Amino acid sequence: MNAMFKHARYVLQENPLTLFAFGLFFFLVLLAAFGQVLAPYDPLASDTAVALQAPSLAHWFGTDQLGRDILSRVMTATRLDFAIALSAVALSFIIGSVLGCGAGFFGGGFERAVGRTADTIMAFPLFVLAMGIVAALGNSVANIVLATAVINLPFYIRVARTEASVLRNAEFIEAARLAGGGNARILALHIYPNILPPMMVQISLNMGWAILNAAGLSFIGLGVRPPTPEWGIMVAEGASYIITGEWWIALFPGAALMLAVFCFNLLGDGLRDLIDPRRRT
Amino acid sequence: MARKPVWGTIFRRLLGALPSLAGVVVVTFILTRALPGDPAAFFAGAAATPEAVEEVRKQLGLDKNLAQQFLRYLSELAHGDLGQSLTTGQPVSTELVNRLPASLELTLFGLLLAAVVAIPLGVLAATRRDSWIDHVSRLITTAGVSLPVFFTGLLLIYIFYFKLGWAPSPMGRLDPYASAPATVTGFFIIDSLLARDLGLLTASLKQLLLPAITMAIFVMAPLARMTRAAMLTALSSDYTRTTRAMGLSRYTVVYRYALRNALLPVVTTLGMVFSFMLGANVLVEKVFSWPGIGAYAIEALVASDYAPVQGFVLTMAILYVLLNLVIDVLYSIIDPRMAAQ
Repeated sequence: MNAMFKHARYVLQENPLTLFAFGLFFFLVLLAAFGQVLAPYDPLASDTAVALQAPSLAHWFGTDQLGRDILSRVMTATRLDFAIALSAVALSFIIGSVLGCGAGFFGGGFERAVGRTADTIMAFPLFVLAMGIVAALGNSVANIVLATAVINLPFYIRVARTEASVLRNAEFIEAARLAGGGNARILALHIYPNILPPMMVQISLNMGWAILNAAGLSFIGLGVRPPTPEWGIMVAEGASYIITGEWWIALFPGAALMLAVFCFNLLGDGLRDLIDPRRRT
Repeated sequence: MARKPVWGTIFRRLLGALPSLAGVVVVTFILTRALPGDPAAFFAGAAATPEAVEEVRKQLGLDKNLAQQFLRYLSELAHGDLGQSLTTGQPVSTELVNRLPASLELTLFGLLLAAVVAIPLGVLAATRRDSWIDHVSRLITTAGVSLPVFFTGLLLIYIFYFKLGWAPSPMGRLDPYASAPATVTGFFIIDSLLARDLGLLTASLKQLLLPAITMAIFVMAPLARMTRAAMLTALSSDYTRTTRAMGLSRYTVVYRYALRNALLPVVTTLGMVFSFMLGANVLVEKVFSWPGIGAYAIEALVASDYAPVQGFVLTMAILYVLLNLVIDVLYSIIDPRMAAQ
């Protein structure tokens, strides 16, 4: 454990950006938890008397076309954006890790079937497939989560399968088998816990991408509906005001989105350096 | 040394693409049948009588079992029939064919821009590892991949159209007063060159530049990263050490030997890059009112007009499978080891 901390300290010193990413991450989590309470205004309350005002002391991020306070809307949206991305990533992590782990461990027909499924998903441009899924299943937030989960699935399956197929032949697995462990026991107690560290890297690299995808879908009018505050849809609402110079409506939610994705990408890189230094690029 | 023919490899790659193609067709079929509610009632319209709905159901072949429906779907596909758009009444396939060049021109030009910037950046970052240029390139590429494309696009519009006035208004491929060049390839840049119309060429380039830069910023990151990683591997390899030991100049070592070998893994990542680009394309088309197939699909999605969306997903997927095929073939052509196998 001590060595682990030393290594962590070394990685953080080598790459101070990771430390910055951790700070940013805690800030965003706090915002997701308490943003709604801390917001200075009601994110849904419109007041046409102050519509389309540039950032000022009263409204730090300005107001939109209905006079709603953008700062409050950006803060409130954090929770919804995180919830969508987190549930999508959790869903694909659980399904993907179990399927991939089983495929790598058992091999044979099951592995071929799982591999073929992953390949078929990957044969689509992923965002386009997500659009198709939402169009087919219906335009709702739950389906945005489902579509984002489906397009992330192959990445988890692949990581889990590779790790499990390597572990399958490891000596400690042989020892566990000699000690009388059945397949289920070995999978659950020895293989699955050991594929988790590389999966963690995948998760944090994936979170940013999941947020981007979900926001992209709501930007084109899928899933979240106005007047719900959500970053993607807020950028979409501000898009038509950009060419007339009201930049703040789209800029602040867009910047929040960018910051969140940036944070997860940096975090993913940092975690990878920590857990698997060989894959560093 | 004579190069062995690569036709065998190309043929094998073609066969290898068939399962993906089959998978794509099956999945799009499932997506067509998973429409919310009753597709027949949907296509018949809101005011339809039960008899009319039944009539539509027969017309669409929805009264048959799933296997028969799939066969029907296949034969329609073989005839290039993707159904009709409810809002425009036009066949989806003609509409897609007309709009595809716009999307392709944007995507390919964006990729070209990205490669022109990202590959030298990756080489620089690798040759000056851990220098400031390496850190700056890492920061830029991480930031670039974190930027939502629709946000980058809006930002560029604000700066270059509203503030500086350098870019034309972000509305489509040409300003409304110009007329499109005679269609040969459908790519305005090439067509206006063929028509020897320089004014038209600059006009369409101006419209194309901002959306293409938006796309390029997004895909620069994976390209630059991969180039850097591949260059590092190539530079630390034995053959590079040999070329150095033989006293070849730094330029020859880096560009003639290391870079040529490093480009191979970069070509393989192009597949993933295209997946990102085709998705980003949809968003960029919306932001810049670009009349491509992505914008078409979004309009249809908003109007709950499903046939165009399904046609769009299928077209994009087939395009992507074909692009991957081209990349594979390219790879076997530039890598002599693949041909020797």
